[in-house]
Amino acid sequence: MKNDATIGKNRTGIELSPLDKRSMLEHTELTHPSTETNGAVLAAARAEYYTMPDVIGSVPPPASAKGIAKTGLEALKGVNAAVLIDKLGERLAFERTGSRLYEALIEKCAAEGELPGGPTVPDLQEIHAEEVRHFELVRDALNSLGADPTTMTPSADNAAVQSMGLVKVITDARTTVKQSLEAILTAELVDNDSWALLIELTRTAGRDELLPRFEEARARELEHLANVRRWVRSATMALEKPASHPMV
Amino acid sequence: MSIDIFKERGTPVDMQEFDWKDLVQVPFSKLDDDAFTRVRVILMNGVEQEANRFSHACARMSDELRLPLARIRRAEHHQQTLVNWLNPPDQSPLETTLGYEQVAIEVTAVLAQHEPDPYLKQVLDFGLLEDFDHLYRFAALMDRVEGQDANNMIQCYTDILPGRPTVVEHRHPADDLRDHYDRTTAAPISKINAIIIVAAENQVRDYYMNIGPIFSDPVARQLYAEIASIEEQHTTQYECMQDPNETMLEKWLLHELSEVYAYYSCARQEQNPRLRALWERFVDYELGHFHEVAELMKRIENRDPAELVPESLPTPIDFSSQRKYVRQVLATQVDLRTNGTQFVPPEQESQLSLAYRERMNRAGSPSERVAAGYRWMPGTELNKYTGDGAAVQEARP
Repeated sequence: MKNDATIGKNRTGIELSPLDKRSMLEHTELTHPSTETNGAVLAAARAEYYTMPDVIGSVPPPASAKGIAKTGLEALKGVNAAVLIDKLGERLAFERTGSRLYEALIEKCAAEGELPGGPTVPDLQEIHAEEVRHFELVRDALNSLGADPTTMTPSADNAAVQSMGLVKVITDARTTVKQSLEAILTAELVDNDSWALLIELTRTAGRDELLPRFEEARARELEHLANVRRWVRSATMALEKPASHPMV
Repeated sequence: MSIDIFKERGTPVDMQEFDWKDLVQVPFSKLDDDAFTRVRVILMNGVEQEANRFSHACARMSDELRLPLARIRRAEHHQQTLVNWLNPPDQSPLETTLGYEQVAIEVTAVLAQHEPDPYLKQVLDFGLLEDFDHLYRFAALMDRVEGQDANNMIQCYTDILPGRPTVVEHRHPADDLRDHYDRTTAAPISKINAIIIVAAENQVRDYYMNIGPIFSDPVARQLYAEIASIEEQHTTQYECMQDPNETMLEKWLLHELSEVYAYYSCARQEQNPRLRALWERFVDYELGHFHEVAELMKRIENRDPAELVPESLPTPIDFSSQRKYVRQVLATQVDLRTNGTQFVPPEQESQLSLAYRERMNRAGSPSERVAAGYRWMPGTELNKYTGDGAAVQEARP
């Protein structure tokens, strides 16, 4: 197991340079900002853009009028059909990216070695297979609604932007299994809340035929979250007493 | 309707004004705008970057031209800023990369079809099949690392298929040199093509060199390193097309002419009204630059710019899918290699390139690894598996 919290030569803190610190502070005291004001100016500059009407994009209409008639999208109750498609698109994209994240973690775990407190490679393979199944579940749901599951909806796009950091952490060859699990924990927390909201939205829309499998997916995601929480905790606590070091 | 380049005076350079808010406009929509809007934004960023690069090189070699170069370069720098900042922040570096490769495929295919010189057309076709392959490799990377479908960016305009395999594109520098046109006999469109293609390719090289290190995945980092090297080769190849005997002012005038032509092509087909107005504004700015350089040519070289420049612009760039042409080139030229400046069948390929390639690929090929067994399919390759997901492991690079 790699130790990602050893004592080393980290140069980022100011206390490593006490003389420079004093000199920099003295000079900072002697100078004044070029504009004597506060964050309101920054806020006003942003507001000029925030008040513009543009959004990142839209949800496309179902592929065909026939699709609408066949699937009854037009008969959705109490919820805008576009919102349901948007959020289904988000879950689909999230599960798809999640599958790839677990693949990267499996490779890392196999290379670095399994942590004493888990997960094992088979543990991760099981979750990965379920992420793929959830992707397929949402894809089939979109198809049943006459929507195109290959569309990147606005919420899918937004979720991808949110996930960029997770991909970067997990695929970085230098991050440990523990650090990668911390990123996975972020993903699983979001995934759990998002499934809960999707179920509520689906129920409101009157698409009860989708609910049993969505509820099952949510139950599996709750298990993933509990497991990942446990693994993050045990991996962190295992680093409580690092190898002896002259400074410790 | 084309424009009469000598009659239209455009906007005088001193009236080409910007402010910071003007430079930072609302970006296009990654989801709702047409893929060719992204193609135009990327192409014109490249054209302006080339203007900047060329202008700085000249300024280091001409005392007399320093001030006029600096004045026009400042306007062009801000034009580039405005254009490049139209890329939306939700467009990831890898998504933008797909846009760059789509430019390199679709625009190169149009330039090749406009090119009257058979040898220069061959140069364009040769590079086209290599960028075509890059799109496929990056699509595999996007699918397998991020779980995303490249076609969300490509919008079905461009095939996502292997071209000339990137692994065999690595050549000795001597085999990337090409013959140049003759400035006294070449058609104006050949000169314009040569400037636009090197602008497009050089910016790809620079972009990959900047963003390659921001990727975490080790194979992604390798793939950007590998393809950036090919874009460096392409820049070498395409800059050779230009006649080195042209004077500095001649080259400068041709740059400004190419910029008028490229912005005019964008304005003709842009569907986003806000961007169309922008392209039209910059046609006028470029006309202003063109006339200022034309006056310099008259004064300094005592030459009539009309000897170089056609009265009306050549056929504009057609921003639409060139699928049929690309497939035809792919079917007939994918096996071509080079020996010096000539295009040859594989058995006649230069020994220098074979040795160079063997050396570069000795620790494995990122482009082969990332796309091993990869076939693009709508919604990513996860769509081809059902149920247990175990098979997905087999497809991993």
